[in-house]
Amino acid sequence: MNEINSLSKTIRIALLGNPNTGKTTLFNALTGLNHRVGNYPGVTVEIKKGSFIYQGKTIEILDIPGTYSLTPRSPDELVSVELVLGLNPLEEPPDALLVLADASNLDRNLYLATQAFETGLPIILALSMVDLAESAGIKIDILALSLKLGIPIIPIHAAKRKGLEELKSGIILIKAKKCIPPIPTFPQVVEDCRGLIRTQLGVKLGDKGSVFLAGRLLLETDEFLSKQLIQKFFLDLSSLILECREKLKASGINLISIEAKSRYAWIREMLAPCVRKPDKKLVAWTDRVDRVLTHKVWGMFLFFLIMFLMFNALFIAAKPLMDLIGDGKNYLGQSVENIIPEGMLRSLLVDGLLEGVGGVVTFLPQIIILFGFLAVLEDCGYMARAAFLMDRVMVKCGLSGKSFIPLLSSVACAVPGVMATRVIEDKKDRLATILVAPLMSCSARLPVYVLFIGALLTDGYPMWFPGLMLFCMYSIGFVTAPLAALVFKSTLLKGKGTPFLMELPVYKRPSFRVIFARIYEASFSFLKRAGTMIAATMVLIWAVLYFPSVSSLGESYPDLIAKAPTQEQQDALLLEWKKNSYLGRAGHWIEPAVKPLGWDWRIGVATLASFPAREVVVGTLGIVFGLGKDSKDERQLLEILQKARWNDDPNQPLLFNVPSAISLMVFFALCCQCVSTLVVIKQETRTWFWPTFTFVYMTSLAYLAALVTYQVGMLLL
Amino acid sequence: MPSLDQIAVGSKGFITQIEGEDSTSQRLMEMGVIEGEPFELLAVAPMGDPLEIKIQGYRLSIRKTEASQVLVQLT
Repeated sequence: MNEINSLSKTIRIALLGNPNTGKTTLFNALTGLNHRVGNYPGVTVEIKKGSFIYQGKTIEILDIPGTYSLTPRSPDELVSVELVLGLNPLEEPPDALLVLADASNLDRNLYLATQAFETGLPIILALSMVDLAESAGIKIDILALSLKLGIPIIPIHAAKRKGLEELKSGIILIKAKKCIPPIPTFPQVVEDCRGLIRTQLGVKLGDKGSVFLAGRLLLETDEFLSKQLIQKFFLDLSSLILECREKLKASGINLISIEAKSRYAWIREMLAPCVRKPDKKLVAWTDRVDRVLTHKVWGMFLFFLIMFLMFNALFIAAKPLMDLIGDGKNYLGQSVENIIPEGMLRSLLVDGLLEGVGGVVTFLPQIIILFGFLAVLEDCGYMARAAFLMDRVMVKCGLSGKSFIPLLSSVACAVPGVMATRVIEDKKDRLATILVAPLMSCSARLPVYVLFIGALLTDGYPMWFPGLMLFCMYSIGFVTAPLAALVFKSTLLKGKGTPFLMELPVYKRPSFRVIFARIYEASFSFLKRAGTMIAATMVLIWAVLYFPSVSSLGESYPDLIAKAPTQEQQDALLLEWKKNSYLGRAGHWIEPAVKPLGWDWRIGVATLASFPAREVVVGTLGIVFGLGKDSKDERQLLEILQKARWNDDPNQPLLFNVPSAISLMVFFALCCQCVSTLVVIKQETRTWFWPTFTFVYMTSLAYLAALVTYQVGMLLL
Repeated sequence: MPSLDQIAVGSKGFITQIEGEDSTSQRLMEMGVIEGEPFELLAVAPMGDPLEIKIQGYRLSIRKTEASQVLVQLT
């Protein structure tokens, strides 16, 4: 009994709307931050589910990704449609649909609404941007339209929390009131055919075999839904559908255009008595701003200025915060070392856990700054213009203008860069962008470049040479990433994507609430979903570098080091211990593989140990070259690297020459030694396949490039 | 009859036909690019592609490849 009671107390709503209508803002305003991401197999976009309690009832809202139409053309869109129609086995069917429409552009926004009308579910229509419509001279008689459509229409301003109470009480009443709107009229022959298909659907699907689904099957161009129907419900209507289409063609109906034509005609008819548009076209403020912002000279200048500011904020403003986090981590480490005696527990806490957690938190300043910038650019309407300006360039590497900002952000750090690909709607474009983003030279590569250029390519070279080398290293990413994107888009991710049709929204003042919500969400999802995984991997790497901690004579290394009288002996013992650790042994084991790159086992170990993050290699090199754990003096490391000989044997030649130093840097330019990036790719693509793929292809690429660099370099010498 | 990618910035007119029987033309129509609809070519991106048109009271960015499927009549 109780269960039935509690069920009837829950109202399930699916929220639909075009992109740029403020749907996310409305969803956040209704549910607060009380929502989670639904888990639907095969879906790469986030479908959020939230709930709130109003007048004793629980209202669950499913946030369907923004779309212009409910015509499914990809697996992602199919899941959206299934959820709306109640055909997804993982989710209860919705009790009603909440459609959000932009009042300043009602005709086009109602296209999606008319499709929702055909589901047979009760509808509530919310109107956003009513103030914008008014300032453009559009007057909407909401009451008249509401009477005409027979559904509640509620103007809202989610960012200002206006209209939310009315909306909530509308939702409460929806089940009782059964506000089902009329559906658009199609030519009689279309309606007849649709009726035939619907009857057949009804046999298997009952009420869920809606007019909408029947119409979709009749008029789809790629048989996407027909195939799904056969696969999921063993219902094959293809012969009936083909027969119907022949009938339509015989009546002179154009199967491609009939739907849009009929819907728009019906929308006009409904709106004509209720909406007054301005007699004289006002030149909108947005049009005037656009003349500057998309201008050949000024537009490009302002674009690069904005990008420059964003980029600098990522690099410069994030730096002190990241240093602060680093100092905090060190301080905590010191405190732990003062409390806990030397030993495994201390090492686990300080070198494993604290490094891991610290390594995660370090990314937060960059994520906050980037997503703050992106939220402002997006909310004020500039983001679409940036994509508009850069589209032509990005088309050359098989992507669209929307990939530019994520790739540029990756120059600071691939973690926020990969997260920023969420703005790319086309699934293949987004995946290609994610796959190549880690190739862009991120800031973690800088310490590696600085160390090796400083150690081996500075003394005895002209003054401009180190700078040129650094420039070359950075260029590797800028050149390889677009090429790799082109390769992926013409092989693995081949196929005609969605055409690049993008709305350029009206400029408006960004809302603080929207920006805050975006930053909060990005940081929270990073910390919660990626953070734990990153920290765990860091601890794992610590473990393989710590164990076994007993020497061949059965003595514990930490004890031996504690007892050793001189610093030199301590460092030597530390080296022996690390050499003997699982990771050290692996380093020896892979030596035949790294030898052709001009590296000995020590560099092999340092490279393996830098799997969590590239910059770790500097510290690990300190250990394997016998400098101890905290080689504060980088100068000392430089000297040791300059003098190092193969396998530490004085009779062998110098370990580093120009080819081997460059080979190592080339390897680090192209490899994916960054757990955080891999975990974030998992988070964004929702499968381990793509991070594995990224790691494998980048490591192979890095290895090959380093091999060619060294071998060709040795030939030239 | 010219197509949308062949006209000068500032041109006004209406859509006469969408060529092609694929999902691209269907998507265009869903976005409101339908026969008889008035439009204005507002701008071309600095590097020559895509175009910015005003249609149905909003601004749409459309690449020249897709625009070549849209036939127009200038007024």
